[in-house]
Amino acid sequence: MSLSTIWVHAEVGGDKPSSITLEIITKARSLADTVEAFYAGDNADAVAAELGKYGVSKVYTVATESLQGVPVASAMAKQIEDGNVPDLIMFGSTYEGRDVLGRLSVKLDRPVLTNNADIRVEGDDVLVETAIFGGAQLVTTAFRCETPHLASFRPKSFVAEEGGAATPEVVAADVPEDGKVTVLDRHVEEHSGPILDEANLVVSGGRGLGDAEKYQMVEDLAKVLKGAPGASRAIVDAGWVPYSYQVGQTGKVVKPDVYIALGISGATQHMVGMKGSKNIIAVNKDPEAPIFGVADLGIIGDVHKVVPALLEALKGR
Amino acid sequence: MNVVVCVKQIPDPASPGSLDPETKWLKRDGKLILDESDAYGVEMALQLVTAAGGDGEVTLVSMAPNNEMGGLRTGLAMGAAKAILVSDPALAGSDALSTAKVLAAAIKRVEPDLVIAATESTDGYTGTTPEQVAALLDLPSITFAKSIETGDGKVKVQRQTEAGYDQCEAPLPALVSVTAGVVEPRYPSFKGIMAAKSKPVEELTVADLGLDADQVGAAGARQEIVSVTAAPEREAGEIIEDDGEGHLKIVQFLESQKVI
Repeated sequence: MSLSTIWVHAEVGGDKPSSITLEIITKARSLADTVEAFYAGDNADAVAAELGKYGVSKVYTVATESLQGVPVASAMAKQIEDGNVPDLIMFGSTYEGRDVLGRLSVKLDRPVLTNNADIRVEGDDVLVETAIFGGAQLVTTAFRCETPHLASFRPKSFVAEEGGAATPEVVAADVPEDGKVTVLDRHVEEHSGPILDEANLVVSGGRGLGDAEKYQMVEDLAKVLKGAPGASRAIVDAGWVPYSYQVGQTGKVVKPDVYIALGISGATQHMVGMKGSKNIIAVNKDPEAPIFGVADLGIIGDVHKVVPALLEALKGR
Repeated sequence: MNVVVCVKQIPDPASPGSLDPETKWLKRDGKLILDESDAYGVEMALQLVTAAGGDGEVTLVSMAPNNEMGGLRTGLAMGAAKAILVSDPALAGSDALSTAKVLAAAIKRVEPDLVIAATESTDGYTGTTPEQVAALLDLPSITFAKSIETGDGKVKVQRQTEAGYDQCEAPLPALVSVTAGVVEPRYPSFKGIMAAKSKPVEELTVADLGLDADQVGAAGARQEIVSVTAAPEREAGEIIEDDGEGHLKIVQFLESQKVI
């Protein structure tokens, strides 16, 4: 059985639909006859045109000055109340995606299945798959409720590919309820490299760096290799770097071509976030560190010696 | 100012987790501890009450099987005044929405000015419960806070975004979810630990909250784990001891992957 209609919560990174949005739409296209999107933000027409290249046939725009949770959920719920009911609504496991998903689940009284890595339809069942215990086990869960089913997906779960091109109809959605939250100011932090969960190369640091100042080595190496810097939960908890740097079960799941773990022992919580990387390089003092169990290249050594030497060797290349 | 902090008591993340082979629910039969993610919320709440002039208190709200209180006592030892614990066999197998229904019903009894939660729990990490609680209580919410201030009946929050952060404001009462590292959680003092033993913990059942048993637990979850399979193992590659030339091995590897 294929699904009739899937809605996707569309988000923007920079001024284009974010990678996660295009990944989910690509997957949605393979599952359903019709893919539609909800979008709250600027440049709706330009965003809609991009979404159309990936097969979205209709874009509902949500006008709001608030955070997305309340207004987007309220716009979706209104459509559903009016009898426009999709089989499934897909979200990114992102800041905005989780807010809309949480609000909507209460409005519709539907369960949510979050942080998924895959989805398939078997007979009448919609099944989603997620990894637990450091990626050691895969759990498949079926929805046992009325449609629409609500699910969120980790970035890089699917590969974005253009197809099913359409010129989407752009429709202003009714927003019966707006949030009471005012956004006073938006701060964009300068960073030149790729964003963490989209980068082809990630350099992450952990407790083994010793102190917060040493994290600079991670930033430097990421910059030289045109990758993104990341972190283990331990140093996020310790306040060395913000939560947005965290690679792990909580935090971000990354799947770069190369993952470099510096001073990270490889706690279960971290492993679930990086085990899907194509190649893993680890540098750690402790030969017993679990990270060596998954590393393609493991260097048992002091990050304070290996990394400066590596930076020196890469200089001028 | 009265602040409620949602806290989760979880199996120690340092010991390997496992699923009950029959129900496929996470096993929670051992001792439970305070989820470290929630220590940030407890600390933030204590600091906000102090900043508001000390008039008010911090109440912890938790849901756990078997009347487990280990984690709550940690929060009380840090300085929370009291706790509400919802414990009921009917709660087994609760999903995020059922959990939110229980927490929201318990929070309603306190009528707080502010509700604080962690962004996600360490064991379940669904990451939607705070927003669901806010929706059930019809509160404005700001998630992923990296700093919080209150005053003039408002809460001001720096909210983490993909690109940086947003400066947001909402009228109180409101719900805010905090990220790790938002503050440095204090260690409970010996005096705090002793005092925690006599602080009030109100124990409630699902019926006490006016909820039906079929709204919570496995009955309310409306989802079914159909299989749990082992993921393909990742083979370890070449492991070498650094002899001063380890960095060259990395250079070679990066070259072989055409990264450089």
